[in-house]
Amino acid sequence: MGPRLPSMLKDAGLTAFVAAALGIFIVGFRTYDVSGKGLTFDYQFTDLAIAVATIFVGRLGLLLAAEGLRWPALVLGAVLGGIGAGPLALPSDFLHWFMALGGLLIIGRALWPWARQRMSTAQHSRRGLLLGRAGAKWFGWILIAGAVALPFAPFADQKTMDLSVLILTYIMLGWGLNIVVGLAGLLDLGYVAFYAVGAYTYALLSTELGLGFWIILPLAGMMAASFGILLGFPVLRLRGDYLAIVTLGFGEIIRLVLINWVDLTHGPDGIRSIPGPTLFGAVFAETAPAGHQTFSEMMGLPFSANQRLIFLYYIILVLALATNLFTQRLRRLPVGRAWEALREDETACRALGINPTSTKLTAFAIGAMFAGIAGSFFAAKQRFISPESFVFIESAIILAIVVLGGMGSQIGVVLASVLLIGLPEWFRELGSYRMLAFGLAMVLIMVFRPRGLISHREPSLRLHPVRPGGDG
Amino acid sequence: MSDAPPPNVPPLIQVEHLTMRFGGLVAVDDVSFTARPREITAIIGPNGAGKTTVFNCITGFYKPTVGRLTLRTDREYLLERMLGHEIGQQAKVARTFQNVRLFPAMTVLENLIVAQHNKLMRASGMSVVGLFGIKSYRDAEAAAVEIARDWLDRIGLVADADRPAGQLPYGAQRRLEIARAMCTDPRLLCLDEPAAGLNPRESGELNNLLVSIRERDGVGLLLIEHDMSVVMKISDHVVVLDYGRKIAEGAPASVQRDPAVIRAYLGTDDGEEAHA
Repeated sequence: MGPRLPSMLKDAGLTAFVAAALGIFIVGFRTYDVSGKGLTFDYQFTDLAIAVATIFVGRLGLLLAAEGLRWPALVLGAVLGGIGAGPLALPSDFLHWFMALGGLLIIGRALWPWARQRMSTAQHSRRGLLLGRAGAKWFGWILIAGAVALPFAPFADQKTMDLSVLILTYIMLGWGLNIVVGLAGLLDLGYVAFYAVGAYTYALLSTELGLGFWIILPLAGMMAASFGILLGFPVLRLRGDYLAIVTLGFGEIIRLVLINWVDLTHGPDGIRSIPGPTLFGAVFAETAPAGHQTFSEMMGLPFSANQRLIFLYYIILVLALATNLFTQRLRRLPVGRAWEALREDETACRALGINPTSTKLTAFAIGAMFAGIAGSFFAAKQRFISPESFVFIESAIILAIVVLGGMGSQIGVVLASVLLIGLPEWFRELGSYRMLAFGLAMVLIMVFRPRGLISHREPSLRLHPVRPGGDG
Repeated sequence: MSDAPPPNVPPLIQVEHLTMRFGGLVAVDDVSFTARPREITAIIGPNGAGKTTVFNCITGFYKPTVGRLTLRTDREYLLERMLGHEIGQQAKVARTFQNVRLFPAMTVLENLIVAQHNKLMRASGMSVVGLFGIKSYRDAEAAAVEIARDWLDRIGLVADADRPAGQLPYGAQRRLEIARAMCTDPRLLCLDEPAAGLNPRESGELNNLLVSIRERDGVGLLLIEHDMSVVMKISDHVVVLDYGRKIAEGAPASVQRDPAVIRAYLGTDDGEEAHA
């Protein structure tokens, strides 16, 4: 590192100087509002000095890492991170975070080339390939086992369960949209409209006609699928951006109809006291309405509010897994392959005698069906719905889950849902830095994995099965 | 190959008075020709002569302004009245593209299975019955895989079956596109410049493949080609277009000597040769 060190030090010094020049007025002085005496200010030169020193060390560490000097960079990163995360008292919380994250960044940068090389050799060896495939298979089963056991875990309090139900709802929506966007390649920005159709179908049928949850569930799915076909017929001849704009418009139309058709939907007031789901006729409440039994009576258990939550959790878990199973099967059927072919090249599909319109319609309708079922679960869970739950940002979040997870990847949707829905909730302690951390995570993922968390595509069938214990 | 085919064989496809206008531009002007089953018919001509436009009319990508396109197989199909995908599905006309159009992220095998979509859709009860993994569908899928394997064998890509099609070298992609078109079980195969960008060895392999499609599969071929070595070696019948008009038609050897064709390809020298 001999000859390069002076120039690196010079570069780091320059960076620190710029930081100091910029920071002196922003960090160095702080104004206070002294009551009755107007504004006064205070010096924070210690903060500034620590920040500038961190920047100097950080820049040096990054330069060392970029030169391939892994060990010196790791030491610098560890020192920086250690001070940040350690017990040493710094003037502000922010500096703790700043130094800890800076240290992590240097360590990550230093290890990145090594990790990437390890990953690519692992991917190319036959054993690595087999391990990866077995891992992916087992990973799925482990996730399912974990999900089934979750309500009995010691840390599963009401907050965790609530969040888990929310995450699972988004996983189901993500899997549903994955059919439309990930497999068929149709950019749908109004997916939440079908979610709304399902939710209102359940709310209206249960409050007005008194039908039960399990009867309405398939009806809501069918209703949403019909809306999917209704929208699909006129717009599916459009491609790409044009389709995205029209679906965006459709989502808004549904929401506006829900707001303005006051006679049917009660407009912005929404629909309240929607009955929850029942288990063999038993309701989840402290006291049952006439002619019904509560779950705790039926099972001879003491009543607890958690029972309802755990029941809801298992319903959405089963619904989500059914969505996944259905999609996995469809992928291996002609219609599923036609969806993927359509995503790849619509012109070629037409030349092969595949009807693009009906193929797109099935994707749209099936995707909508799952959104409708999820929506009716949502209404049963919330017991109150209003058009405010079905705004555009919901569509955007579901789309972000699909894109972030890796288009067409089922496991990717799970990871992205946990990340996108879970992280902002867990990061509540960060206060106003919450969205900052969220944004940073998104940017990092898009920089390092531009094709989504899981970009591997498993073929729907193979001519040469990969056999374990082969020549590898 | 140059001996005249028996005239009593009915044509596979009959193109009559085909005209295609785009606004004021006449891309194809009153072109009529026929192609017979089990023959290779080449359409040649300088750039911009309207060859691909003729193809796009036959395969339903364009709707002809004027003209009738009759395909005779088990019955008569009037192609100009059919929707794009119906031409492949019912009339059994398959095509390839000038710039290869595979499904790049799907594997080589999947490309060939997608081509058998309509057959498999029927076998799987529009995919509804197939959801339950019934045996008759699994058998149909296994049969489709066998057809695909045969074709992979013929184009020499068995070992690459599970690779994404987009990762294949260019020449292999061209061959795969032809195999994919053949997996739709066509009666007429339209190839748009299949030899473009191939080296002489690959071009020779292509000739063998096309001849075997004619001999073994009994499919009529319609071929747009610039590479004269391909055209002269394997085609039975040649149609020459220039500026959207048909200027010559006949056996390769006779077309080669046709003064109008020579003029179209080499240009006239101050109109001198126009009187020759």
